[in-house]
Order: sequence, then C-alpha cells, then structure tokens
Amino acid sequence: MTVDWLTRTAAHADARAAAAGPADLARVVRARRRPARRVHLAIAALAVAAVAAVLVRVLLGDYVVALADLLPILRGETLPDAPGASFIVMEAKLPRALVGLLAGAAFGAAGAMFQTTLRNPLASPDIIGISLGASAAAVVALTFLDAQGIWLPAAALVGALAVSLLMYAVGRGTALAGQRMVLVGIGVAALLSSVIQFVMTRTSVQDAQAALVWLTGSLARATWPVIGLLTVSLLVLAPLLAVCSRWMRLAELGDDLSTTLGAPAGRARLGLVVAVALAAVATSATGPIAFVAFLAGPLARRLCGGRASLWAAALVGAVVVVLADFAGDYLIPDVNLPVGVVTGAVGAPLMLAVIITAGRAGKA
Amino acid sequence: MTSATLRPASVAAAPALRVRGLTLSYDGRRVVDGLDLDVPAGEVTVVVGPNGCGKSTVLRGLARLLRPSAGSVRLGVDGSDDDVWSLRPKEFARRVALLPQSPPLPEGITVVDLVGRGRHPHHTVMRRWSAADDEAVVRAMRATGTLELAERHVEELSGGQRQRVWIALTLAQETGVVLLDEPTTYLDVAHQIDVLDLLRDLNRRQGTTVVMVLHDLNLAARYADHVVALRDGRLVGSGAPGDLVDEEFVARVFGLGSRVIVDPVTGSPLVVPASTHQQSGPSS
Repeated sequence: MTVDWLTRTAAHADARAAAAGPADLARVVRARRRPARRVHLAIAALAVAAVAAVLVRVLLGDYVVALADLLPILRGETLPDAPGASFIVMEAKLPRALVGLLAGAAFGAAGAMFQTTLRNPLASPDIIGISLGASAAAVVALTFLDAQGIWLPAAALVGALAVSLLMYAVGRGTALAGQRMVLVGIGVAALLSSVIQFVMTRTSVQDAQAALVWLTGSLARATWPVIGLLTVSLLVLAPLLAVCSRWMRLAELGDDLSTTLGAPAGRARLGLVVAVALAAVATSATGPIAFVAFLAGPLARRLCGGRASLWAAALVGAVVVVLADFAGDYLIPDVNLPVGVVTGAVGAPLMLAVIITAGRAGKA
Repeated sequence: MTSATLRPASVAAAPALRVRGLTLSYDGRRVVDGLDLDVPAGEVTVVVGPNGCGKSTVLRGLARLLRPSAGSVRLGVDGSDDDVWSLRPKEFARRVALLPQSPPLPEGITVVDLVGRGRHPHHTVMRRWSAADDEAVVRAMRATGTLELAERHVEELSGGQRQRVWIALTLAQETGVVLLDEPTTYLDVAHQIDVLDLLRDLNRRQGTTVVMVLHDLNLAARYADHVVALRDGRLVGSGAPGDLVDEEFVARVFGLGSRVIVDPVTGSPLVVPASTHQQSGPSS
C-alpha cells in the first residue's frame, strides 16, 4: 500500500516535469520584462511632464515669455524689446521652478523610500516628525535668533537630522525597528507641533507671520544659493538612493526573508538615512510642503501598474510641486497662495481617494 | 517502482546541519536550551512539539536569524563544515533558504517578479540579472507548478497558489538546504497535502535537505524521514516516524492521550487523539 501511494505521487511529479519546454523560458522572460517596461514608460512620460511643468511655470503666468526668447535669456542676453524679461525669468520664475522641481523630487523619493521600506503607507517624513523637526528648528531660529537667508534652511536641516537621529537610535538593533520608528516619529511629531505652537504664541506678529509662511511650505525664498545647495545634495544622495533601492526591493519581503536572502542586517535602514537626508534638505529649502512625500509614492505606484519605483515617485513629486506652485500663483486672481496650501487642498481629498480605493483593492 | 528506489538510503552520512549545545533567548528569556541535533543530509526532517516549545525559534537559529547565546550550528553541505555565523550573508544564502511563516507580500508584485527575488544571493554589484537567473526561475516555477501563473499578480491568487509561489521563491535560491516554518498554515487539507507532496518530490528528485516545522503530528509522521520532537526548548526524541511515534511518545511530547494506528494509505503511524484529560487511550 505504501508503494502505491509513493508511485502515485511520483507519477504526479513526472507529469509536472513533462510539462516543461523551451517555451517556458520565453514566457518567464516576457512576464518579467512586461511590468518593467511599464515602469520605464511611466518614468519617461513623467520626465516629459516634469520638463513641461517647468516650461509652463517659466513661460506662462502674468508675465508671458515666448519659448524662442528663453534660450537667449538663459545665455544671459538682454532682450532689446523686453528688457525686464531677463530679470523676471532669472530671478523669479526660473528659480521657483527649479526649487520646486528639486524639492518635489526629493520629497517624492524620500516618501516612497519610507513607505516601501517600512511597509507602512503612513511612514512618510511629513507624518513621522522629520518635516516637523525642520519646521520647529526653523521657527525657533527665525523668532529667537533672527535667522535670515541661508541660516534658516541650515537650522531646518539640523532640526530634521536631529529628529531622524533620535528615531534611528530608538529603532537600532531591535526587531520591528520599522514599526517602532513610525510610532516614535508620530509621538515626536506631536511634541514638535506643541513646540511650534508655543513659539508662535510668544513671538511678535511679524515674526509669527514669517514663520507661518515658512510652515505652510512656499517657494517664495527660491534663490540661486538654495538651488545650488539642493542640486549638490541631490547629486550626492541620488546615487546612494539608487544603491539603496535594491535593498528596498528586499526589505519589502520583511526582515526575516530579506535577511535569509543575504541582505546584511540593518542595511535597509541605511536607505532610510538617505531618505531622511533628502527630506531634510528639501524641507530646509521650502518648508514642509503638505502631502507631497505622502502621496507621490502611491500615485507613482498607480502609474507604474502597481510597482514601486523611487524614480517615478521623485518625478511625480517634482511635477506636483511645480504645477501646484503655478496654480497657487494664478488660479485665484490677485491672491498668491503658498504651494503648501495648494498641495494641502488638493492632497487631502486625493489621500482619501487613495485610502478608499486601496481599501477596496486590498480585499485579499 | 518500489519505495526503496525512491527513498534515499538512510546511511549515516555527514549531517547537513549539526547543532551542539544551542541556546537561544529572546530578551534574556531562554526559549531553546542546550539543544543537540543532527539534521540528516538529503532527508526530510520535521520538527514537532506543542505550542511555544521553541520549534520556530530553532528554525530561526538554523537560519541565522537569531544569534545563539551559547552553542553552535555547523553547516556541512558538499563536504564543507562551517559555523553558520562565519559565512558572509550572501554565501550563507546560497546554501540555506528559509521560508518564514507568513512573509509580507510586496504590493502589486507579479509571480515572476516575486520568484525572481530569490536570486538575490547569486547577484553581485558587478553581475546583476542574467540568463542563468531566468533559467533558475523557470526551474523553480516548473517544480512548483506555477508557470501558468507567471504574469499574474500574487494578490489575486488563492492561498494554495500563493504558497506555491513562495516556495518557488525559496527554490529559486537554489540551496542545498531549505527550511520552512509551518508551510501549510492557512491551507485547507487538500492544499496541505499538495504543498507537502511538492516538498517531498523536491527532496526525492534533487536530494534537497528539507527541514520544516509542522503543527500536525500526522502530517509530520506521513512526510518526515526524520522527526525531531521538542518540549520546553529541549529535545525529547528524534528518529524515523515509524520508530518514534507511539502512544507513549504522544503523551510525553504533547501530554495527550491517544491511540496510534497504522495509516491505511501510507503505512506511517497515525495518531488518533483521545482527550487531554486522559493520559491513556480508551480501553482496548
């Protein structure tokens, strides 16, 4: 009887092996490439959209610049028939567009990195206290130390890094480090908002006004030194992020499986350090821009057919910030809305939509 | 075909894993205490024991997920003999694979993509994905019968199909030793049998050493070449199921009164539980 049973299951295995053929390899290769192609397409489309958004921001608006005039302006020539155009483009429109592009990309990539590595859609730097760390430091510097110019982003950077160091220290060497980091971050965020509230009640109306504009997130302080700082930071951090994105793909499988697949322990958290740095740099340049880090990942995922891509998330963040800044300037006549107000107003309903549809899709 | 040609001869080959004095603790609380254990190479070893006896913890110790507070685990595949902690992470990952009990599923991932992640230990900074990886993925999917699902999203699959895909990921790693923590959890009886048949086929065809934790003592007796029984973090018995599993064994390991009869289908021991309140079976 034992023999019968073993023979039957062995025949079962033979049938499985016999089903194999060279077509299988082709099928697997095709199945592997198709979603990857979708991601590449999405990234290409988003890159085009980002360039288009920058052009719209620079050329259109109250003061329209012709596309043909852009190149001479960029070369530093003064247009004979529109002498003011050069100043407006080089000192106002282009810096704003570039800061929006760079900061948006940094927010988007940082948010996606957090959400994927910690496997938690709430794990976005604006929710777990990193943006608030930057805000609290900036507000304190603004009101008590009278910080101006480049010192304001510097203070914000210190604040964001201090919060992330705290989170890293708490999460270090424990199981469920990711969950702990999120919970600690939410607690720290609550503490820091009360610090900000306190400072705001103790300060002069003028300082409070300036702090408030910073707190909503705005591209109004876009200057060439800020662009330089952002560009250098991104050039350093982007290659690191590319390396980390490979570990991120493993981290998605959970701590146990990623460790037994050979990911050195804690390596995925190194990716989080890079993401923190990105979020900190971006926040220091623009203030916290609501919902961009939080939503860029899920939106990019949708565009990529369900796959997570840091590059797509970065591009979504860039497009969203540049367009939101444009809309904030011109949507309501004679009212300049800071970019954070626009992303907040658009982002909140969008977040609800994402949660509701994700809830439906995740029925299994 | 007879059972002799299918079953590897249980000669005293060098064990695939040799555990000596293994002590494993969580936050200072000892869960496994001074365990000595040999995992025979090329056989199916099943770890059984009551809830909380430390069986999953032992598996974590074997898979290097938990650093022992005392003792050692040595890996001896293909003539090697290394302390598992002396190997680099990827080196270890090319020799031993683990399927955890319910790993998180990445959102929106397709079957091929998930299985392909098992190839990570074979990649280096210079050498990324190659044709050899595609072939390994095909072999793993063929062995698990998941080729038909290649393009599907894993989220859409049934529990049984999903578990096959996870096993395919583990097989794509192409290791000599495969560890599985309760691979039949959440599966109905037909899919439990299906998954265990699959693992035994793999062992018989490729000589892969399989170590798994199972809840169900009857499934353990049916599929194991070698049963390891734990209670309170200590070894209470090991050996071939036919020699090991009897009424006294069930009482000693689980504190359960039972009758043990011969399974009419497989010839392995079949435990028919009585009641935890009786220490022996009904009058016979």
